Amino acid sequence: MAAFTLKINGQARQVDLDPNTPLLWAIRDGAGLTGTKYGCGVAQCGACTVYVDGQTVRSCSMPVSAIGTSEITTIEGLDSKEAKAVQAAWVALDVPQCGYCQSGQVMSATALLSINPTPTDNDIDLAMNGNICRCATYVRIRAAIHGAAKSLEG
Amino acid sequence: MTVHDTKLSRRTMLKGGAGLVLGAYVARADKLFAQAAAKPSVNIAPNTFLIIKPDNTVTVLCKGIEFGQGPFTGMATLVAEELDADWAQMRADHAPSNPQLYKNLAFGMQGTGGSTAIANSYIQMRQVGAAARQMLVAAAADAWQVPAGEITVDNGVIKHASGHEGRFGEFADKAMAMPVPADPKLKDPSQFRLIGKEGVVKRLDSADKTNGKAFYTLDINEPDMLTVVVARSPKFGGKVASFDATAAKAVAGVVDVKQVSNGVAVYAKGFWPAKMGRDALKITWDDSKAEKRGSAELLQQFRGLSKTAGKLVKAEGKFEESMAKGGRVIEVEYVFPYLAHAAMEPLNAYLKWDGDTAYARYGCQFPTPDHMAISKVLGLPIEKVKIDVLLAGGSFGRRAQQSTHQAIELAEVAKAIGPGKPVKLVWTREDDMRGGYYRPYCIHRMRGTVRDGKIEAWSDTIVSQSIMKGSFFESMMFKDGLDPTSYEGSNEIPYDVENFRCDMHQVDVGVPVLWWRSVGHTHTGYVVEAFVDELLEAAGKDPIEGRLALLSKKPRHAGALKAVAELADWKNYKVPAGRARGVAVVESFNTFVAQVVELSMTDDGPKVHKVWCAVDCGVAVNPDIIRAQMEGGIGFGLGHILYAEQTLDAGAPVSGNFDTYRSLRINEMPEIEVVIVKSTEKPSGVGEPGVPPLGPAVANALAKLGVGRPRQLPIVPGASA
Repeated sequence: MAAFTLKINGQARQVDLDPNTPLLWAIRDGAGLTGTKYGCGVAQCGACTVYVDGQTVRSCSMPVSAIGTSEITTIEGLDSKEAKAVQAAWVALDVPQCGYCQSGQVMSATALLSINPTPTDNDIDLAMNGNICRCATYVRIRAAIHGAAKSLEG
Repeated sequence: MTVHDTKLSRRTMLKGGAGLVLGAYVARADKLFAQAAAKPSVNIAPNTFLIIKPDNTVTVLCKGIEFGQGPFTGMATLVAEELDADWAQMRADHAPSNPQLYKNLAFGMQGTGGSTAIANSYIQMRQVGAAARQMLVAAAADAWQVPAGEITVDNGVIKHASGHEGRFGEFADKAMAMPVPADPKLKDPSQFRLIGKEGVVKRLDSADKTNGKAFYTLDINEPDMLTVVVARSPKFGGKVASFDATAAKAVAGVVDVKQVSNGVAVYAKGFWPAKMGRDALKITWDDSKAEKRGSAELLQQFRGLSKTAGKLVKAEGKFEESMAKGGRVIEVEYVFPYLAHAAMEPLNAYLKWDGDTAYARYGCQFPTPDHMAISKVLGLPIEKVKIDVLLAGGSFGRRAQQSTHQAIELAEVAKAIGPGKPVKLVWTREDDMRGGYYRPYCIHRMRGTVRDGKIEAWSDTIVSQSIMKGSFFESMMFKDGLDPTSYEGSNEIPYDVENFRCDMHQVDVGVPVLWWRSVGHTHTGYVVEAFVDELLEAAGKDPIEGRLALLSKKPRHAGALKAVAELADWKNYKVPAGRARGVAVVESFNTFVAQVVELSMTDDGPKVHKVWCAVDCGVAVNPDIIRAQMEGGIGFGLGHILYAEQTLDAGAPVSGNFDTYRSLRINEMPEIEVVIVKSTEKPSGVGEPGVPPLGPAVANALAKLGVGRPRQLPIVPGASA
């Protein structure tokens, strides 16, 4: 066990964990933030997507000891204009079904719009194909990303 | 009560702070469980289904579980319609386990499945809304001293011409204490303003499922709670012979290790130490009674059986005589793999047991049998066990456990460590995927003949494991010793064929199996629709015109087919070069779905560009949810027929995660257009029926493209494992 101070959503959080503990479990069981989900544990499904210093990371596959002083952002800490546009578009189109993967979907979609305000379908495929949705809400995810991009234009 | 002024009575609405919980009745649900016989068969008491708070929110307690298919929104729509509520004031939550109050009227127990949520609640939940409206009006009439008949309710506002005006929260307390009207008057459908309307009803759970607030079982984190993972036999039917927990107990955070009937349980402070502890266990398994056959051996056995006649399910005309007359004789074999459900949230459950009472919380799909299982394992009376149902991250059938295996394991791990230690049982993705309860492995051998452009004979020999054998459903549902969920759809084809037979070999395999989104129709829909297409092709008929000519007794199949033909412009559409289209229509769970698929071939197998879909589910309650379920069903069906299979290596399931059990991703999702067939028939379900036609429509498009109908699924070999 070792003590780590994680900067999550702008707040310092103390966790006492084995250094090999994946960041996902440091966030969920350590810091008590449960919006970030466990789906596969092997960086295949994207349900655990968070930002580390602004970059999307599959938190299930990064050890807590590798974080250092990096800034972590989870779904609870999303507040950019892109995030708000994405979340509003998700609600407007009733994208979620079971909802379990959607934190990860929203994190990936927000990251995409932050670097590419007018993504093509191909851009969306490339940015989002690491996020599995077993309910297959993909048609609406795609439409909502286009919708969010459009709302950000104005 | 005094007569209020003409303004909305805000003071009254706000007083009371914590809220007037009309569903307080629910807190006494445990007692009511035991009073089963005394209750009427269809419960419409508003105080068991609705929580109306002073802030005027109306929370509908949903009998079934919400895991994406939309019952929260659906139940609230039915209530709000008759209650004349404002949609903005509607909320939904799960009803707790109480079979008498909250039984599924299609099952006689509390549970979700068979796409029954709307079908079994359509009248009941409208009656709940109508009764509540009538009671609220009576309470207002009494308060205002005016005749009830002169009071109107519109968008959540109760009014009288004298100027009196109020909202539900103000009268809820008094209203809910009134007798429940026996037969509350329901609206004529012409008066509907929510049911079937576009754009007025939005899902109630979208916002929380977009900002991380939606609460699932995995999110439970109670004080003193231990996270538990269980090491289970790699082969089905294996038992623990011996184990050494020394290294596991040395893992920091591991609290204890106990044997349970299904394996060895590791208890820890959090998931990661529990998993590390389990990895450190040394277990010797006794495989003497385990299933040891691999996929190749099963194929050989099933294939051999399929060449012999099975137990007769149905026969019409003279099949063998007709076949003997010759013509164009076609015999084909279809092989379907085991499939995991692989819901996004692997199985999990929470239980707090103090020795005298037990309180479980999880995404429980079958509360009644689970409730009994937990009671039995812990030796508690039914009324000392409580189950609260939570949102689940998908199911596709996996959480509807007639074996109650998870509830038993949950109670056993709590019992093994002793009372006063709340446990959260967590399955890893690998546990979930290698844990069995798959869609059964099965083979269909189809034989038929075409003479003079007419399908003269049709036969389907099925070899499959039974889903319900050995469960409490067996005695209720089996017919002549056979499991109808293995042949549903194959025994009653919609097409006019004079000489018909369907027979089945019901085979025992030591692999636990379960219903998988659309159950038997996942494979029977495939073979019936691929085979009719093949026979029609041999007869020189157009796939849609040819089907329509054989659907003389099936107007709703024909209606869905015509609707999809129109949507896809079947006659005039110019298919782009290198692409082809295929069609299929399947009835499942009383819903009729026709789909047209357009695809091309790539190095990675078929690429489906577009799917046109027509659905007839009777009265369409929530059109946008119906569309969403068709979209999701198409994506779910497509991913599995293209890529997914669970194979067995000497009895042990091979795929453990999405790296080898390939799931559909966004770049593989087709464009989809859905039309809902207008209907005044009773509403039927949409959670499952979007799945079955997709596979055969793809197969038929591939045949049209010239690459043949896939006979063995998945279509892309080696995509998994």
